[in-house]
Amino acid sequence: MAQLTQEQKEAYWKYNIRLTTILLVIWFVVTYLLGGIWAGTLNEVVFLGFPLGYYMAAQGSLAIFVVEIAIYAKLMNAKDLEFGIREE
Amino acid sequence: MNLNKVFGLYTVGFIAVTILIGIAEAVFGLSSRWIGWIFMALSMGIYVVIGVVTRTSDADEYYVAGRGVPAIYNGMATGSDWMSAASFISMAGALSAQGFSGLAYVMGWTGGYLLLAVFLGPYLRQFGKYTIPDFLGARYEGNTPRVIGVFAAILASFTYLIAQVTGVGLIVSRFIGLDFNIGVFVGLVGVLFCSVLGGMRSVTWTQVAQYIILILSYLVPVVVLSWKLFGVPVPELTYGQLLQKNNARAIQIANDPVEKATRDKWAEEAKALGEKIKDPAVPAAEKEKLTAAQKAATAQARSPAAPGAKWENYLSVPKGVGMWNFLALTFCLMVGTAGLPHILTRYYTTPSVRQARTSVGWSLFFIFLLYFTAPAYASFARNAVFTGLVGAKVSELPAWVTLWAPAGLFSVVDKLGDGVVQLADFVVKSTDFVVLATPEIAGLPFVITGLVMAGGLAAALSTADGLLLTIANAISHDLYYNVINPKASLIKRLTITKVFLIITALVSAYVATFRLAIIVEVVAWAFSLGAASFFPALVMGIWWKRANRYGAIAGMLVGLGTTLFYMVGSRFFGVSWFGTNTVASGVFGIPLGFLTIYVVSLLTPPPPKELQDFVADIRYPKSGGAAEPIGRPGDAAAH
Repeated sequence: MAQLTQEQKEAYWKYNIRLTTILLVIWFVVTYLLGGIWAGTLNEVVFLGFPLGYYMAAQGSLAIFVVEIAIYAKLMNAKDLEFGIREE
Repeated sequence: MNLNKVFGLYTVGFIAVTILIGIAEAVFGLSSRWIGWIFMALSMGIYVVIGVVTRTSDADEYYVAGRGVPAIYNGMATGSDWMSAASFISMAGALSAQGFSGLAYVMGWTGGYLLLAVFLGPYLRQFGKYTIPDFLGARYEGNTPRVIGVFAAILASFTYLIAQVTGVGLIVSRFIGLDFNIGVFVGLVGVLFCSVLGGMRSVTWTQVAQYIILILSYLVPVVVLSWKLFGVPVPELTYGQLLQKNNARAIQIANDPVEKATRDKWAEEAKALGEKIKDPAVPAAEKEKLTAAQKAATAQARSPAAPGAKWENYLSVPKGVGMWNFLALTFCLMVGTAGLPHILTRYYTTPSVRQARTSVGWSLFFIFLLYFTAPAYASFARNAVFTGLVGAKVSELPAWVTLWAPAGLFSVVDKLGDGVVQLADFVVKSTDFVVLATPEIAGLPFVITGLVMAGGLAAALSTADGLLLTIANAISHDLYYNVINPKASLIKRLTITKVFLIITALVSAYVATFRLAIIVEVVAWAFSLGAASFFPALVMGIWWKRANRYGAIAGMLVGLGTTLFYMVGSRFFGVSWFGTNTVASGVFGIPLGFLTIYVVSLLTPPPPKELQDFVADIRYPKSGGAAEPIGRPGDAAAH
C-alpha cells in the first residue's frame, strides 16, 4: 500500500479545496444570481423561445450542476491516480 | 450475473408487456379498471420477486448492500430513492400554478447534489460504516451526538414516510377504485417484502427496477405530446415556443372583456363570502368552509397577467420579499438534499471512493431527466387548458376534461351562464391533474395512463423503502446495538431491525389513514430539519479538524431548535422574521448551526490526536482496498 508523504497530502488537499471552491462559486452564481436575483433582468432576452431568466432557473442551472459534478468526479479521480491511489 | 443484461432484459420486457396490454386494450377493449389492476399486480410482483431473490442475513449486505453497487446503479437507486410521489405526481402541477416561483423546487432539489458531491459523499464512503449517526458517533466521540442524530433522522424521515404511504393509497384508490385504507396496506406489503428480507441489498435492486418504470412512464406522455404539436419528440426543447404562445394567450385573456366580467363575478362572490365570515352568529366549522370558499373565489378572480406587462405572471420573476423567499427556499432544499439520511446512506454502498464520486454524478443525471422535464409538463398542460378548454362550449368539453372531472381534481363552472368556458370558469382543486391527464391530452390510449400509475406507485414505494430502512436502522443499529447493548449478536441485531421495519411500516400506515392535511405541508419541512441538524455537523466534521464533540452537540441542538421554533412559530403563532415562509425555516437554523459549532469548539478543548488522524484518514482515499467492514475484517478481501 502506497503511503502519501506529508507533502503529497498537503498538495492533494490543496488541489481539492481549490477545485471545490471554484465549483461552489459557479454553483452560487448560477443559482442565486442568474436563476434568482438577476433573473428578472435576464428575462428581457429571449433564448430558444424561453425568457432567459426563466430558462436559467428551469434548465440552464440544472444542466450546469450535472456538468459540474461530472467534472469534479473526473478531476478528483484523475488526481487519485496521479498520487498513486488505486483502491480496487 | 451481468447486471446490464439483467436490467436491459427487464426494461425490454416491461415495454413489451406494456405494448401487449395496449394491444389488448385496442383489440379486445380491455377496461381501464383491468389495466389498472394488471399494472399494479405486475409492478408489485416484480418488486416482491426482487425482494425474495436478493434476501440476505449478512450484516454488510443487509446494511450497505455489500458495498458492491456500481456507480451507475447506485445512481439509479438514489434517483428513485430521492424522487417521491410528490416529485412524480405533484411537482409539474405545482409549477403550472406557481410559475417562476415554483422553480425553487427544481433548482433546489438538483443543486443540492453538488453540495453532496463536494462536501460529503466521497468522504462518507471513505469512512465506510453503516449509518449517518455512525459517523456522528465516531467523529464526535460518543453516544450523545449519535442519539441526537438518531432523533433528527427519525423526525425528518417519519413525516416524509407518511406522505409516501398516503401517496400509495391515493394512487391505488384513484386508478383501481380500491378503498384508500386498503390501498395503503397493499402498498405496505410490497415495501416490507423488500426491506425485511434483504435490507439495503433488496431495496437497492428494487429501487433500480423502480427507477426504470418511473422514468419511462414520466417521459412517454409528454414526449408524444411534443411530437404531436411540434413534430420534435424533445419536450424540453419545444416548450420554449409553448411559453411564448401561452404568454400571448394569457395576456389576451387578461384583457378580454368577457374574461374580465367572469373575474368580476368571482370577486363579488369573494366579497360576499367575506361579509358572511364576519357575522358572529356563524359557527366555527361553517366559518372554516366559508374561508376556504373565499380563498378559492379570490384565486379565480385573479388576472393571469398584470396590465401592460410583457410577461404573464407565470414567467414574471418575484421581487422583494417574494425574491427573498424564493432564494431562501432554494437554499433550504439544496442543503436539505445533502442532509437527508436516507440519501446520504446510499453513498456507503459503492465499492470505492472513486465510484462514490461518479455515483453522485449519475444520481443527479438520473434525477435531472425528470426535473428537466417537469416544467415542460406544466407548459403543455397549460397549453391544453388555454387552447382546448378556454373558449369551448360547456356542452362540448375536451375528452380529458370529461374523463378527469369526476375524480374531483378540477371542475368547470359556467360563472356567467353564457355556455362558453372562460379561464376563470376552470376551478382547479388539485394541480395533480397536470401529470395524470397528460396521456389523455396527448390522445394516448388508457394503457399509458396505467403506466403513469405504475410510475407514481414506483416513486412512492421506492422512497418509502429507503426511509423505512433508515428509521429501522437508526433504532436497531444506532440506538439498540451501539448505545443500549453493544454485545448483541448479529442475528439478534438483524431480528430487531426486521421487527422495527414492520412496526414502523404499520405505524406510518395507521397515521396515514387519518388523512391529515398537514402532512403534505410537513414534507417540505423535512428538508429544513435535515439541513439544519445534519449538514453543519457532517461538513464541519470532515472539513475542520478542530470541530469537537461539544461544538457538534451544541450546533445540532441549536440548528434543530431554531428551525423547529421558527416552523411552529410561523405556522401557528404568527412569528415572522423578514417575512420568511414556514417552508424555508431552515434558512436561519443552518448558518446558526455552523456558527455554534465554530464558536463552541473554539471555547472547549480540541479533539484528541486520534480523532484528528481520523479526519485525515477520511480525506485521503486509501490505496489497495475498500474500507474495512465492521466486525468482519477477514472478509474485506472479498470485496
